[in-house]
Amino acid sequence: MKIKSLFGAATAVLLGSIGVASADVTLTIESWRNDDLSIWQEKIIPAFEAENPGIKVVFAPTAPAQYNSALNAKLEAGTAGDLITCRPFDGSLSLYKAGHLGEVGDLDNMKNFGAVAKSGWSTDDGSAIFCVPMASVIHGFIYNKDAFKEVGVSVPTTVDGFFSTLEKIKQDGSYVPLSMGVADQWEAATMGYANIGVNYWKGEEGRQAVIAGDMKLTHPDWVAPYAQLAKWGPYMGDGYEAQSYPDSQNMFTLGRAAIYPAGSWEISGFNAQADFEMGAFRVPVQAAGDECYISDHVDIALGMNKATKNPEAARTFLNWVGSAEFADLYANSLPGFFSLSDHNVNMTDPLAQDFVSWRGECNSSIRPYHQILSRGTPNLANEYWVTSANVIRGSMTPEEAAAHMQKGLASWYAPQQ
Amino acid sequence: MTSHRRPIRWHIGIFLAPAVLVYSAFMIFPLFGTLQLSLFTTSEQQTSFVGFDNFRVLFGDPRWSGAFWNALVNNVWFFVIHMLVQNPLGILIAAVLSNPKLRLRGFYRSAIFLPTIMSFVIVGFAWKLILSPLWGIAPDMLKAVGLKFLFAPYLGKEEYALTTLALISVWQYVGIPMMLIYAALLSIPQEVIEAGEVEGVTGFSAFWKIKLPLILPAIGIISILTFVGNFNAFDLVYAAQGALAGPNYATDILGTFLYRTFFGFQMQLGDPNMGAAVAMIMFLIILTGVCIYLFGIQMRMTRYQL
Repeated sequence: MKIKSLFGAATAVLLGSIGVASADVTLTIESWRNDDLSIWQEKIIPAFEAENPGIKVVFAPTAPAQYNSALNAKLEAGTAGDLITCRPFDGSLSLYKAGHLGEVGDLDNMKNFGAVAKSGWSTDDGSAIFCVPMASVIHGFIYNKDAFKEVGVSVPTTVDGFFSTLEKIKQDGSYVPLSMGVADQWEAATMGYANIGVNYWKGEEGRQAVIAGDMKLTHPDWVAPYAQLAKWGPYMGDGYEAQSYPDSQNMFTLGRAAIYPAGSWEISGFNAQADFEMGAFRVPVQAAGDECYISDHVDIALGMNKATKNPEAARTFLNWVGSAEFADLYANSLPGFFSLSDHNVNMTDPLAQDFVSWRGECNSSIRPYHQILSRGTPNLANEYWVTSANVIRGSMTPEEAAAHMQKGLASWYAPQQ
Repeated sequence: MTSHRRPIRWHIGIFLAPAVLVYSAFMIFPLFGTLQLSLFTTSEQQTSFVGFDNFRVLFGDPRWSGAFWNALVNNVWFFVIHMLVQNPLGILIAAVLSNPKLRLRGFYRSAIFLPTIMSFVIVGFAWKLILSPLWGIAPDMLKAVGLKFLFAPYLGKEEYALTTLALISVWQYVGIPMMLIYAALLSIPQEVIEAGEVEGVTGFSAFWKIKLPLILPAIGIISILTFVGNFNAFDLVYAAQGALAGPNYATDILGTFLYRTFFGFQMQLGDPNMGAAVAMIMFLIILTGVCIYLFGIQMRMTRYQL
């Protein structure tokens, strides 16, 4: 990683000098996605440069763990790149408030993004937008098609169907029904609670109501996902209490489990590891025909350094990030990271297609504890990790967990007091 | 009174200077820096002096104090396991190893000491794998001897996880008390033992009545080292269970609590001021423990000139 970022920096210097020599404008992109360096250099940047002669772009990533602090230091010192890759919510909001990020809401192509896509990079009241959304991750379930065929079950669409499918797989005995553990705790909240919960609290409607203080976390809509999680335990593998995240991934890709509660970021890894056919199904609804919701979580965006010397070129690039061409390039280079724009992106990966098809059928919502609600102490996101894992293990009842969450939130969040 | 004035003994100061300078720069100065940090608070990028308010929150706010007391109680249990298992076991192994009739002594000594020099990351990871319900060898080994029912996902159960981690730590560090006691046992002159034999004190009672009193100072030192080490512990829990010290904070000790407070975790931002307050309390706990030992026990301990 260090070598890569060094390499990136070296290229930046090199290309920068070429840029000056030919009087072109050079834009430097700050990013934590050093895994994507080659995709940017070989696919995305050449496509942009071909269309926009006179603008050179350099992708200069930093190691993910150092990104936030390195970026802050560079912004303070005035040495940061022209374009800044934005973390969702408070990470970027604080940069905007400190005057480091310019507004981008007036770009032409911002019209291609919906409200949820913009929410990750807007001020709390939504009046200013400071990054162009790039990609999100979608939650659902990945399943082993061979296993489903062998046991003779079909893809469930309702919660009852989901549990009867799990029961049949368990009765059959050749597969572990659900490949998830609670040792690392975060899967319980991310792929458990937030994944299945959107159908209960009706996505954005419930999430916004909690932020506004109109709904409490003890409301039945927020207790019901816990109640469903409480029934997951018996269908998880032996000793799931000590099963870690990589354990679950391996268990599924080795073909020992039938269903994997997933985030779409698993797609490329699973494609490489598993030698059986995989499919994906979305979160089952309570009753057949109910309106459906999915957890479609905003993850990454691109903004403009307010101190850039080339604001016009930077805005040109950002506008291009909102275009159909970029959406297509990005989504197909990184299956599992879906474009947040409304463009119809043609994806070649069948599993990624499964995931993204739900957007047409259901309403998207982000994880409930990311915007605003995780600003205080106790931290709502961390608390959801712990309580969701507790509920699955049975050391907390759904009601106790919800009461605990509400008490924690109310202790610092004024609208809930 | 003599009129003769002693010359100023410069050499004392010069000889002390390097140690004093290094110790001040790396220990005393940061200690006061931490204390200073704990008296401030930061909000909206503004730092302001709040006196002992961070400590009031730490002990007064039910959430903070709940987490703190949980970590402290867990830490005490962690220490108790070490005192009850690691140190007696170390003494026992040392006593066995000091028996000149035992063959392959050097091999046992090295084998038992070896884990001590291993990285906690390796130890944490290896034990996690051994105890893994999916791929671990522990369930299979227990099955082979018909004791499968004894197996549980120990690291994932609230009631076992902390004890399991403490025992892993004991496994790793039992070599230290063993080596110290072993050295102390070897330094007991043969004449003393022989004199005991003449008086009819042999075998087990020779250990109890002659050797044990003679190695008590070493046991004292080991106890205090264990105390300081345990209340500063962090690495094994972090490597095996992560910073959230799951399940449900059952393995949260002061070190992991400090880490989460100071550096933050995931979406929780770090709070260096509150973290410094936790660090000060840890320092005071360790200081108190060491003082109790120093003034309450060590100064009253009978020493024998050998």
